[in-house]
Amino acid sequence: MSLDLFFQYLFAGITYGAIYAVVAIGFNIIYNATGIINFAQGEFVMLGGMISISLLPFMPLWCAIAAATALTMLIGAAIEMLFIRWLQSPSVLRLIIITIGISILLRESALHIWGESIRSLPYFYGNEITTFSVGSVHISPQVVWVIAASGVMMGGLSLFFKSTPIGREMRACAANRTAALLCGINARNMVTLSFMLSAGIGALAGCVMSPITYTQYDSGTSLAIKGFTVAILGGLGNSMAAVAAGILLGIIEAFSVSVVPLAFQDAISIAILLIILFVKPHGLFGSSEAARLKDF
Amino acid sequence: MLKIRNLDAGYGKLRVLKNISLHVDAGEIVAMIGANGAGKTTLLHTVIGLIKPMQGEISFLGRSCARTSVGQIVASGCVLVPEGRQVFAPMSVEENLLLGGHVLQKTQGRVAVLKELEHQYELFPILRERRRQLAGTLSGGEQQMLAMGRALMSKPRLVMMDEPSTGLAPLIVRDIFQIILRLRAEGNTVLLIEQNAKAALGIADRGYVLEVGKVIVQGPSADLLANSDVQRAYLGREKIDEVA
Repeated sequence: MSLDLFFQYLFAGITYGAIYAVVAIGFNIIYNATGIINFAQGEFVMLGGMISISLLPFMPLWCAIAAATALTMLIGAAIEMLFIRWLQSPSVLRLIIITIGISILLRESALHIWGESIRSLPYFYGNEITTFSVGSVHISPQVVWVIAASGVMMGGLSLFFKSTPIGREMRACAANRTAALLCGINARNMVTLSFMLSAGIGALAGCVMSPITYTQYDSGTSLAIKGFTVAILGGLGNSMAAVAAGILLGIIEAFSVSVVPLAFQDAISIAILLIILFVKPHGLFGSSEAARLKDF
Repeated sequence: MLKIRNLDAGYGKLRVLKNISLHVDAGEIVAMIGANGAGKTTLLHTVIGLIKPMQGEISFLGRSCARTSVGQIVASGCVLVPEGRQVFAPMSVEENLLLGGHVLQKTQGRVAVLKELEHQYELFPILRERRRQLAGTLSGGEQQMLAMGRALMSKPRLVMMDEPSTGLAPLIVRDIFQIILRLRAEGNTVLLIEQNAKAALGIADRGYVLEVGKVIVQGPSADLLANSDVQRAYLGREKIDEVA
Protein backbone atom coordinates (compact mmCIF):
# COMPACT_ATOMS: atom_id res chain seq x y z
CA MET A 1 0.00 0.00 0.00
CA SER A 2 1.41 3.36 -0.98
CA LEU A 3 1.70 6.07 1.61
CA ASP A 4 -0.84 8.25 -0.24
CA LEU A 5 -3.39 5.47 -0.22
CA PHE A 6 -2.69 4.87 3.44
CA PHE A 7 -3.54 8.47 4.32
CA GLN A 8 -6.58 8.38 2.05
CA TYR A 9 -7.93 5.39 3.95
CA LEU A 10 -6.97 6.96 7.24
CA PHE A 11 -8.97 10.11 6.57
CA ALA A 12 -11.97 8.14 5.37
CA GLY A 13 -11.74 6.10 8.56
CA ILE A 14 -11.54 9.15 10.82
CA THR A 15 -14.51 10.75 9.05
CA TYR A 16 -16.77 7.77 9.52
CA GLY A 17 -15.32 7.16 12.96
CA ALA A 18 -16.25 10.68 14.06
CA ILE A 19 -19.85 10.04 12.99
CA TYR A 20 -19.95 6.72 14.82
CA ALA A 21 -18.56 8.43 17.89
CA VAL A 22 -21.31 11.07 17.82
CA VAL A 23 -23.98 8.38 17.50
CA ALA A 24 -22.33 6.46 20.36
CA ILE A 25 -22.29 9.58 22.53
CA GLY A 26 -26.02 9.89 21.81
CA PHE A 27 -26.44 6.35 23.15
CA ASN A 28 -24.34 7.19 26.20
CA ILE A 29 -26.23 10.36 27.13
CA ILE A 30 -29.53 8.49 27.33
CA TYR A 31 -27.88 5.45 28.93
CA ASN A 32 -26.43 7.62 31.70
CA ALA A 33 -29.75 9.29 32.40
CA THR A 34 -31.99 6.23 32.27
CA GLY A 35 -29.91 3.04 32.16
CA ILE A 36 -31.46 2.09 28.82
CA ILE A 37 -30.13 1.77 25.28
CA ASN A 38 -32.21 3.94 22.99
CA PHE A 39 -32.39 1.92 19.79
CA ALA A 40 -34.08 4.84 18.03
CA GLN A 41 -30.78 6.76 18.14
CA GLY A 42 -30.01 6.03 14.47
CA GLU A 43 -33.42 7.34 13.47
CA PHE A 44 -32.57 10.72 14.98
CA VAL A 45 -29.61 10.89 12.57
CA MET A 46 -31.86 9.98 9.65
CA LEU A 47 -34.48 12.55 10.71
CA GLY A 48 -31.88 15.31 10.92
CA GLY A 49 -30.75 14.59 7.37
CA MET A 50 -34.26 14.18 5.93
CA ILE A 51 -35.79 17.23 7.59
CA SER A 52 -32.93 19.50 6.59
CA ILE A 53 -33.16 18.27 2.99
CA SER A 54 -36.89 19.00 2.96
CA LEU A 55 -36.41 22.46 4.43
CA LEU A 56 -33.57 23.44 2.11
CA PRO A 57 -35.78 24.81 -0.74
CA PHE A 58 -37.26 27.36 1.67
CA MET A 59 -34.20 28.71 3.47
CA PRO A 60 -30.41 28.92 3.38
CA LEU A 61 -28.42 25.80 4.22
CA TRP A 62 -27.40 26.73 7.76
CA CYS A 63 -30.98 27.72 8.63
CA ALA A 64 -32.24 24.38 7.35
CA ILE A 65 -29.67 22.53 9.47
CA ALA A 66 -30.47 24.55 12.58
CA ALA A 67 -34.21 24.10 12.08
CA ALA A 68 -33.83 20.36 11.43
CA THR A 69 -31.76 19.97 14.59
CA ALA A 70 -34.30 21.92 16.64
CA LEU A 71 -37.21 19.94 15.18
CA THR A 72 -35.51 16.62 15.87
CA MET A 73 -34.86 17.74 19.44
CA LEU A 74 -38.56 18.45 19.81
CA ILE A 75 -39.36 15.03 18.37
CA GLY A 76 -36.94 13.48 20.87
CA ALA A 77 -38.63 15.28 23.74
CA ALA A 78 -42.08 14.34 22.46
CA ILE A 79 -41.07 10.67 22.23
CA GLU A 80 -39.86 10.67 25.81
CA MET A 81 -42.98 12.39 27.10
CA LEU A 82 -45.37 10.16 25.11
CA PHE A 83 -43.77 6.76 25.57
CA ILE A 84 -41.50 6.84 28.61
CA ARG A 85 -42.21 9.62 31.10
CA TRP A 86 -45.52 8.36 32.46
CA LEU A 87 -44.42 4.76 33.05
CA GLN A 88 -44.32 3.80 36.72
CA SER A 89 -40.94 2.21 37.53
CA PRO A 90 -40.66 0.24 34.28
CA SER A 91 -38.09 -2.52 33.84
CA VAL A 92 -35.02 -1.90 31.71
CA LEU A 93 -36.06 -4.61 29.24
CA ARG A 94 -39.49 -3.03 28.78
CA LEU A 95 -37.93 0.36 28.07
CA ILE A 96 -35.52 -1.11 25.54
CA ILE A 97 -38.33 -2.84 23.67
CA ILE A 98 -40.23 0.46 23.66
CA THR A 99 -37.26 2.18 22.01
CA ILE A 100 -37.11 -0.56 19.37
CA GLY A 101 -40.79 0.11 18.70
CA ILE A 102 -40.12 3.83 18.42
CA SER A 103 -37.31 3.14 15.98
CA ILE A 104 -39.63 1.12 13.72
CA LEU A 105 -42.31 3.77 14.03
CA LEU A 106 -39.96 6.57 13.00
CA ARG A 107 -38.51 4.55 10.12
CA GLU A 108 -41.90 3.64 8.69
CA SER A 109 -43.15 7.22 9.10
CA ALA A 110 -40.09 8.40 7.18
CA LEU A 111 -40.83 5.87 4.45
CA HIS A 112 -44.39 7.19 4.27
CA ILE A 113 -43.33 10.86 4.15
CA TRP A 114 -40.18 10.78 2.05
CA GLY A 115 -40.50 7.52 0.12
CA GLU A 116 -37.65 5.22 -0.73
CA SER A 117 -35.60 7.68 -2.75
CA ILE A 118 -32.06 8.43 -1.68
CA ARG A 119 -31.47 12.10 -0.97
CA SER A 120 -28.65 14.28 0.24
CA LEU A 121 -27.82 17.81 1.23
CA PRO A 122 -25.48 19.65 -1.15
CA TYR A 123 -21.82 19.87 -0.19
CA PHE A 124 -21.40 22.72 2.29
CA TYR A 125 -18.44 24.01 0.32
CA GLY A 126 -17.74 23.25 -3.35
CA ASN A 127 -19.10 19.98 -4.76
CA GLU A 128 -18.38 16.27 -5.09
CA ILE A 129 -15.13 16.75 -6.92
CA THR A 130 -13.77 19.71 -4.96
CA THR A 131 -10.74 18.63 -3.00
CA PHE A 132 -7.83 20.28 -1.42
CA SER A 133 -4.50 18.64 -1.15
CA VAL A 134 -2.31 18.07 1.82
CA GLY A 135 0.93 16.87 0.26
CA SER A 136 -0.27 14.30 -2.21
CA VAL A 137 -3.41 13.37 -0.24
CA HIS A 138 -6.72 14.71 -1.56
CA ILE A 139 -9.36 15.57 1.00
CA SER A 140 -12.93 16.64 0.37
CA PRO A 141 -13.89 19.80 2.28
CA GLN A 142 -16.96 17.97 3.57
CA VAL A 143 -14.67 15.58 5.40
CA VAL A 144 -13.24 18.55 7.23
CA TRP A 145 -16.77 19.72 8.01
CA VAL A 146 -17.71 16.34 9.45
CA ILE A 147 -14.61 16.10 11.61
CA ALA A 148 -14.88 19.72 12.75
CA ALA A 149 -18.60 19.45 13.53
CA SER A 150 -18.07 16.22 15.49
CA GLY A 151 -15.19 17.82 17.37
CA VAL A 152 -17.24 20.90 18.21
CA MET A 153 -20.15 18.74 19.39
CA MET A 154 -17.92 16.64 21.62
CA GLY A 155 -16.18 19.69 23.04
CA GLY A 156 -19.47 21.51 23.54
CA LEU A 157 -21.06 18.53 25.28
CA SER A 158 -18.10 18.02 27.56
CA LEU A 159 -18.20 21.73 28.49
CA PHE A 160 -21.96 21.52 29.00
CA PHE A 161 -21.71 18.55 31.35
CA LYS A 162 -18.73 19.90 33.27
CA SER A 163 -19.53 23.52 33.83
CA THR A 164 -23.22 24.32 33.50
CA PRO A 165 -25.66 23.79 36.37
CA ILE A 166 -28.01 21.74 34.16
CA GLY A 167 -25.16 19.55 32.94
CA ARG A 168 -24.12 19.03 36.54
CA GLU A 169 -27.66 18.06 37.48
CA MET A 170 -27.78 15.55 34.62
CA ARG A 171 -24.54 13.97 35.82
CA ALA A 172 -25.91 13.87 39.35
CA CYS A 173 -28.99 11.99 38.16
CA ALA A 174 -26.73 9.51 36.38
CA ALA A 175 -24.52 9.07 39.45
CA ASN A 176 -27.27 8.61 42.03
CA ARG A 177 -30.87 9.16 41.07
CA THR A 178 -32.30 8.99 44.59
CA ALA A 179 -29.77 11.47 45.93
CA ALA A 180 -30.55 13.79 43.02
CA LEU A 181 -34.24 13.63 43.90
CA LEU A 182 -33.36 14.43 47.52
CA CYS A 183 -31.55 17.57 46.33
CA GLY A 184 -34.85 18.67 44.80
CA ILE A 185 -33.74 17.97 41.23
CA ASN A 186 -36.52 16.91 38.90
CA ALA A 187 -35.03 13.68 37.54
CA ARG A 188 -37.81 13.20 34.99
CA ASN A 189 -37.02 16.52 33.33
CA MET A 190 -33.40 15.43 33.12
CA VAL A 191 -34.47 12.31 31.23
CA THR A 192 -36.48 14.42 28.77
CA LEU A 193 -33.48 16.67 28.38
CA SER A 194 -31.21 13.71 27.70
CA PHE A 195 -33.50 12.60 24.87
CA MET A 196 -33.47 16.15 23.46
CA LEU A 197 -29.67 16.34 23.61
CA SER A 198 -29.23 12.92 22.01
CA ALA A 199 -31.71 13.77 19.29
CA GLY A 200 -29.98 17.11 18.69
CA ILE A 201 -26.46 15.79 18.28
CA GLY A 202 -27.76 12.87 16.21
CA ALA A 203 -29.62 15.24 13.89
CA LEU A 204 -26.65 17.55 13.52
CA ALA A 205 -24.44 14.59 12.66
CA GLY A 206 -27.09 13.47 10.16
CA CYS A 207 -26.90 16.86 8.44
CA VAL A 208 -23.14 17.18 8.11
CA MET A 209 -22.70 13.59 6.92
CA SER A 210 -25.60 13.65 4.47
CA PRO A 211 -23.56 14.97 1.48
CA ILE A 212 -21.06 12.11 1.83
CA THR A 213 -23.19 9.17 2.93
CA TYR A 214 -26.60 10.18 1.55
CA THR A 215 -29.82 9.84 3.51
CA GLN A 216 -32.59 7.31 3.09
CA TYR A 217 -35.53 6.38 5.29
CA ASP A 218 -33.64 3.38 6.70
CA SER A 219 -30.13 4.80 6.88
CA GLY A 220 -30.48 5.10 10.66
CA THR A 221 -30.47 1.35 11.25
CA SER A 222 -26.95 0.54 10.17
CA LEU A 223 -25.66 3.68 11.90
CA ALA A 224 -27.37 2.63 15.12
CA ILE A 225 -25.59 -0.73 14.94
CA LYS A 226 -22.24 0.95 14.33
CA GLY A 227 -22.86 3.49 17.07
CA PHE A 228 -23.93 0.74 19.46
CA THR A 229 -20.79 -1.25 18.63
CA VAL A 230 -18.71 1.83 19.40
CA ALA A 231 -20.57 2.53 22.63
CA ILE A 232 -19.97 -1.05 23.78
CA LEU A 233 -16.40 -1.05 22.51
CA GLY A 234 -15.61 2.05 24.55
CA GLY A 235 -17.59 0.93 27.59
CA LEU A 236 -21.21 2.02 27.97
CA GLY A 237 -21.69 5.47 29.41
CA ASN A 238 -18.11 6.60 28.82
CA SER A 239 -18.24 9.31 26.15
CA MET A 240 -14.52 10.08 25.93
CA ALA A 241 -13.80 6.38 25.33
CA ALA A 242 -16.52 6.39 22.68
CA VAL A 243 -14.56 8.94 20.67
CA ALA A 244 -11.47 6.73 20.67
CA ALA A 245 -13.52 3.60 19.96
CA GLY A 246 -15.42 5.36 17.15
CA ILE A 247 -12.30 6.44 15.35
CA LEU A 248 -10.82 2.98 15.89
CA LEU A 249 -13.85 1.31 14.27
CA GLY A 250 -13.89 3.84 11.43
CA ILE A 251 -10.24 3.18 10.66
CA ILE A 252 -10.64 -0.61 10.87
CA GLU A 253 -13.55 -0.41 8.45
CA ALA A 254 -11.72 1.85 6.05
CA PHE A 255 -8.63 -0.34 5.91
CA SER A 256 -10.68 -3.51 5.66
CA VAL A 257 -11.64 -2.43 2.13
CA SER A 258 -8.10 -3.13 1.04
CA VAL A 259 -8.29 -6.69 2.39
CA VAL A 260 -11.87 -7.95 2.04
CA PRO A 261 -14.58 -7.03 -0.50
CA LEU A 262 -16.59 -3.85 0.20
CA ALA A 263 -19.75 -5.87 0.80
CA PHE A 264 -18.26 -7.27 3.99
CA GLN A 265 -17.64 -3.84 5.50
CA ASP A 266 -20.80 -3.85 7.63
CA ALA A 267 -20.13 -7.40 8.79
CA ILE A 268 -16.90 -6.23 10.38
CA SER A 269 -18.53 -3.97 12.95
CA ILE A 270 -21.02 -6.68 13.85
CA ALA A 271 -18.19 -9.17 14.21
CA ILE A 272 -16.36 -6.73 16.48
CA LEU A 273 -19.55 -6.21 18.51
CA LEU A 274 -19.94 -9.96 19.01
CA ILE A 275 -16.30 -10.48 19.92
CA ILE A 276 -16.38 -7.63 22.43
CA LEU A 277 -19.61 -8.88 23.99
CA PHE A 278 -18.10 -12.35 24.36
CA VAL A 279 -14.63 -11.44 25.49
CA LYS A 280 -14.74 -8.03 27.17
CA PRO A 281 -18.38 -6.97 27.70
CA HIS A 282 -17.37 -3.95 29.75
CA GLY A 283 -15.56 -2.44 26.77
CA LEU A 284 -11.95 -1.75 25.97
CA PHE A 285 -11.74 1.18 28.35
CA GLY A 286 -14.32 0.17 30.94
CA SER A 287 -13.54 -1.55 34.20
CA SER A 288 -15.19 -4.85 35.01
CA GLU A 289 -16.17 -3.44 38.36
CA ALA A 290 -18.24 -0.69 36.77
CA ALA A 291 -19.79 -3.20 34.39
CA ARG A 292 -21.11 -5.31 37.22
CA LEU A 293 -23.02 -2.35 38.59
CA LYS A 294 -24.94 -1.93 35.35
CA ASP A 295 -28.47 -3.14 34.93
CA PHE A 296 -27.77 -5.68 32.23
CA MET B 1 -43.54 21.77 62.34
CA LEU B 2 -43.99 18.17 61.18
CA LYS B 3 -47.19 16.33 62.08
CA ILE B 4 -47.96 12.73 61.16
CA ARG B 5 -51.38 11.27 61.93
CA ASN B 6 -52.41 7.62 61.64
CA LEU B 7 -49.93 6.94 58.86
CA ASP B 8 -49.82 3.62 57.02
CA ALA B 9 -47.12 3.12 54.41
CA GLY B 10 -45.09 0.41 52.73
CA TYR B 11 -43.94 -1.12 49.48
CA GLY B 12 -46.42 -2.68 47.09
CA LYS B 13 -48.79 -4.72 49.23
CA LEU B 14 -46.43 -4.87 52.17
CA ARG B 15 -47.55 -2.60 54.98
CA VAL B 16 -44.45 -1.57 56.91
CA LEU B 17 -45.81 1.29 59.00
CA LYS B 18 -49.03 0.79 60.89
CA ASN B 19 -50.97 3.68 62.31
CA ILE B 20 -48.01 5.90 63.13
CA SER B 21 -48.61 9.26 64.75
CA LEU B 22 -45.87 11.64 65.74
CA HIS B 23 -44.95 15.29 65.73
CA VAL B 24 -41.78 17.33 65.64
CA ASP B 25 -41.89 20.91 66.95
CA ALA B 26 -39.69 23.77 65.79
CA GLY B 27 -36.26 23.87 67.43
CA GLU B 28 -36.35 20.29 68.71
CA ILE B 29 -34.11 17.33 68.18
CA VAL B 30 -36.35 14.29 68.04
CA ALA B 31 -34.79 10.84 68.01
CA MET B 32 -36.46 7.77 66.61
CA ILE B 33 -34.91 4.51 67.68
CA GLY B 34 -35.70 0.94 66.82
CA ALA B 35 -34.17 -2.26 65.52
CA ASN B 36 -33.40 -3.10 61.90
CA GLY B 37 -36.59 -3.54 59.91
CA ALA B 38 -38.72 -1.58 62.36
CA GLY B 39 -39.67 0.83 59.55
CA LYS B 40 -37.55 3.84 60.46
CA THR B 41 -36.21 4.42 56.96
CA THR B 42 -39.63 3.80 55.43
CA LEU B 43 -41.01 6.52 57.67
CA LEU B 44 -38.47 9.09 56.47
CA HIS B 45 -38.92 8.06 52.84
CA THR B 46 -42.66 8.57 53.20
CA VAL B 47 -42.24 12.02 54.73
CA ILE B 48 -39.84 13.16 52.01
CA GLY B 49 -42.13 11.82 49.29
CA LEU B 50 -40.10 8.92 47.90
CA ILE B 51 -42.95 6.61 48.96
CA LYS B 52 -46.62 7.55 48.78
CA PRO B 53 -48.56 6.95 52.00
CA MET B 54 -51.36 4.34 51.92
CA GLN B 55 -53.38 6.05 54.56
CA GLY B 56 -53.14 8.86 57.06
CA GLU B 57 -51.87 12.38 56.96
CA ILE B 58 -48.51 14.09 56.87
CA SER B 59 -48.35 17.83 57.20
CA PHE B 60 -45.25 20.00 57.16
CA LEU B 61 -45.47 23.63 58.29
CA GLY B 62 -49.24 23.28 58.35
CA ARG B 63 -49.54 22.10 54.74
CA SER B 64 -50.44 18.57 53.76
CA CYS B 65 -47.75 16.85 51.71
CA ALA B 66 -49.64 13.78 50.59
CA ARG B 67 -49.76 14.69 46.91
CA THR B 68 -46.50 16.59 46.57
CA SER B 69 -43.31 15.50 44.85
CA VAL B 70 -39.93 15.14 46.53
CA GLY B 71 -38.79 18.35 44.83
CA GLN B 72 -41.67 20.35 46.29
CA ILE B 73 -41.14 18.97 49.78
CA VAL B 74 -37.42 19.80 49.63
CA ALA B 75 -38.26 23.27 48.34
CA SER B 76 -40.64 23.79 51.26
CA GLY B 77 -37.74 23.26 53.68
CA CYS B 78 -37.62 19.58 54.63
CA VAL B 79 -34.52 17.59 53.69
CA LEU B 80 -33.29 14.04 54.19
CA VAL B 81 -29.70 13.00 54.76
CA PRO B 82 -30.08 9.46 53.46
CA GLU B 83 -28.80 6.26 54.94
CA GLY B 84 -25.42 5.25 53.55
CA ARG B 85 -24.56 8.88 52.67
CA GLN B 86 -25.44 8.53 48.96
CA VAL B 87 -22.96 11.16 47.80
CA PHE B 88 -22.44 11.71 44.07
CA ALA B 89 -19.28 9.58 43.99
CA PRO B 90 -17.85 10.56 40.58
CA MET B 91 -18.27 14.28 41.27
CA SER B 92 -16.16 16.66 43.31
CA VAL B 93 -17.00 17.68 46.88
CA GLU B 94 -17.81 21.20 45.78
CA GLU B 95 -20.07 19.95 42.98
CA ASN B 96 -21.92 17.79 45.50
CA LEU B 97 -22.52 20.81 47.70
CA LEU B 98 -23.59 23.00 44.77
CA LEU B 99 -26.10 20.32 43.75
CA GLY B 100 -27.51 20.50 47.25
CA GLY B 101 -28.05 24.19 46.60
CA HIS B 102 -30.29 23.45 43.61
CA VAL B 103 -33.44 24.57 45.41
CA LEU B 104 -31.78 27.68 46.84
CA GLN B 105 -30.47 28.64 43.41
CA LYS B 106 -34.00 28.56 42.03
CA THR B 107 -35.52 30.71 44.74
CA GLN B 108 -32.73 33.06 45.78
CA GLY B 109 -30.14 32.92 43.02
CA ARG B 110 -26.47 32.14 42.71
CA VAL B 111 -25.16 34.63 45.26
CA ALA B 112 -27.19 32.98 48.02
CA VAL B 113 -25.83 29.56 46.98
CA LEU B 114 -22.22 30.74 47.17
CA LYS B 115 -22.87 32.32 50.54
CA GLU B 116 -24.38 29.10 51.83
CA LEU B 117 -21.44 27.14 50.38
CA GLU B 118 -19.12 29.30 52.46
CA HIS B 119 -21.30 28.58 55.51
CA GLN B 120 -21.00 24.82 54.96
CA TYR B 121 -17.21 25.13 54.61
CA GLU B 122 -17.17 26.87 58.02
CA LEU B 123 -19.33 24.14 59.55
CA PHE B 124 -17.23 21.37 57.94
CA PRO B 125 -13.67 22.68 57.47
CA ILE B 126 -12.52 19.30 56.16
CA LEU B 127 -14.82 19.70 53.16
CA ARG B 128 -13.05 22.93 52.21
CA GLU B 129 -9.72 21.11 52.23
CA ARG B 130 -11.15 18.36 50.04
CA ARG B 131 -13.27 20.54 47.78
CA ARG B 132 -11.60 19.41 44.51
CA GLN B 133 -11.48 15.75 45.51
CA LEU B 134 -14.01 13.25 44.13
CA ALA B 135 -16.66 12.45 46.72
CA GLY B 136 -16.17 8.71 46.22
CA THR B 137 -12.59 8.95 47.48
CA LEU B 138 -13.54 10.46 50.86
CA SER B 139 -13.54 8.46 54.09
CA GLY B 140 -16.85 7.37 55.60
CA GLY B 141 -16.93 10.20 58.12
CA GLU B 142 -16.08 12.79 55.48
CA GLN B 143 -18.79 11.40 53.22
CA GLN B 144 -21.29 11.68 56.06
CA MET B 145 -20.30 15.31 56.57
CA LEU B 146 -20.61 15.91 52.84
CA ALA B 147 -24.08 14.35 52.80
CA MET B 148 -25.08 16.61 55.71
CA GLY B 149 -23.54 19.67 54.10
CA ARG B 150 -25.27 18.91 50.82
CA ALA B 151 -28.65 18.65 52.56
CA LEU B 152 -28.02 21.85 54.54
CA MET B 153 -27.20 23.75 51.33
CA SER B 154 -30.93 24.20 50.72
CA LYS B 155 -31.26 26.13 54.02
CA PRO B 156 -33.85 23.69 55.37
CA ARG B 157 -36.18 24.17 58.35
CA LEU B 158 -36.28 20.46 59.19
CA VAL B 159 -33.31 18.10 58.72
CA MET B 160 -34.08 14.40 58.80
CA MET B 161 -31.10 12.11 59.29
CA ASP B 162 -31.11 8.41 58.62
CA GLU B 163 -28.50 6.53 60.65
CA PRO B 164 -25.70 9.11 60.45
CA SER B 165 -23.41 7.06 62.71
CA THR B 166 -23.49 3.78 60.77
CA GLY B 167 -20.04 2.38 60.13
CA LEU B 168 -18.15 5.29 61.66
CA ALA B 169 -15.47 5.28 64.33
CA PRO B 170 -16.64 6.43 67.80
CA LEU B 171 -14.58 9.64 67.65
CA ILE B 172 -16.17 10.62 64.35
CA VAL B 173 -19.62 9.73 65.63
CA ARG B 174 -18.99 12.21 68.43
CA ASP B 175 -18.10 14.91 65.88
CA ILE B 176 -21.25 14.21 63.89
CA PHE B 177 -23.44 14.45 66.99
CA GLN B 178 -21.70 17.69 67.97
CA ILE B 179 -22.66 19.08 64.57
CA ILE B 180 -26.27 18.01 65.10
CA LEU B 181 -26.31 19.95 68.37
CA ARG B 182 -24.84 22.93 66.58
CA LEU B 183 -27.59 22.72 63.95
CA ARG B 184 -30.19 23.07 66.66
CA ALA B 185 -28.31 26.02 68.12
CA GLU B 186 -28.49 27.65 64.69
CA GLY B 187 -32.27 27.30 64.72
CA ASN B 188 -32.73 24.06 62.79
CA THR B 189 -35.08 21.26 63.72
CA VAL B 190 -33.78 17.71 63.53
CA LEU B 191 -35.48 14.35 63.22
CA LEU B 192 -32.79 11.78 63.91
CA ILE B 193 -33.05 8.08 63.23
CA GLU B 194 -30.49 5.92 64.96
CA GLN B 195 -29.62 2.41 65.99
CA ASN B 196 -27.17 3.90 68.42
CA ALA B 197 -30.01 4.62 70.84
CA LYS B 198 -27.91 5.81 73.74
CA ALA B 199 -26.08 8.46 71.75
CA ALA B 200 -29.24 9.60 69.97
CA LEU B 201 -31.29 9.96 73.15
CA GLY B 202 -28.28 11.66 74.72
CA ILE B 203 -28.65 14.69 72.47
CA ALA B 204 -32.38 14.54 71.68
CA ASP B 205 -35.16 16.44 73.44
CA ARG B 206 -37.73 13.75 72.85
CA GLY B 207 -37.76 10.26 71.45
CA TYR B 208 -39.96 7.63 69.86
CA VAL B 209 -39.35 3.89 69.92
CA LEU B 210 -40.47 2.09 66.79
CA GLU B 211 -41.06 -1.66 66.77
CA VAL B 212 -42.34 -3.61 63.75
CA GLY B 213 -44.02 -0.56 62.28
CA LYS B 214 -45.59 0.80 65.46
CA VAL B 215 -44.65 3.47 67.94
CA ILE B 216 -44.52 1.58 71.24
CA VAL B 217 -43.03 4.16 73.59
CA GLN B 218 -42.60 7.90 73.35
CA GLY B 219 -41.61 10.72 75.62
CA PRO B 220 -38.80 13.02 76.73
CA SER B 221 -35.35 11.52 76.21
CA ALA B 222 -34.62 11.38 79.93
CA ASP B 223 -37.76 9.29 80.51
CA LEU B 224 -36.88 6.92 77.68
CA LEU B 225 -33.33 6.52 78.98
CA ALA B 226 -34.79 5.60 82.36
CA ASN B 227 -37.45 3.29 80.93
CA SER B 228 -36.61 -0.33 81.77
CA ASP B 229 -38.05 -1.80 78.55
CA VAL B 230 -36.08 0.63 76.44
CA GLN B 231 -32.96 -0.07 78.48
CA ARG B 232 -33.27 -3.81 78.02
CA ALA B 233 -34.08 -3.72 74.30
CA TYR B 234 -31.97 -0.84 73.01
CA LEU B 235 -29.42 0.28 75.54
CA GLY B 236 -27.90 -3.12 76.21
CA ARG B 237 -28.32 -2.80 79.99
CA GLU B 238 -29.71 -5.78 81.92
CA LYS B 239 -31.81 -5.08 84.98
CA ILE B 240 -29.54 -6.51 87.64
CA ASP B 241 -31.98 -6.11 90.52
CA GLU B 242 -34.49 -8.29 88.66
CA VAL B 243 -32.07 -11.21 88.81
CA ALA B 244 -31.08 -10.56 92.38
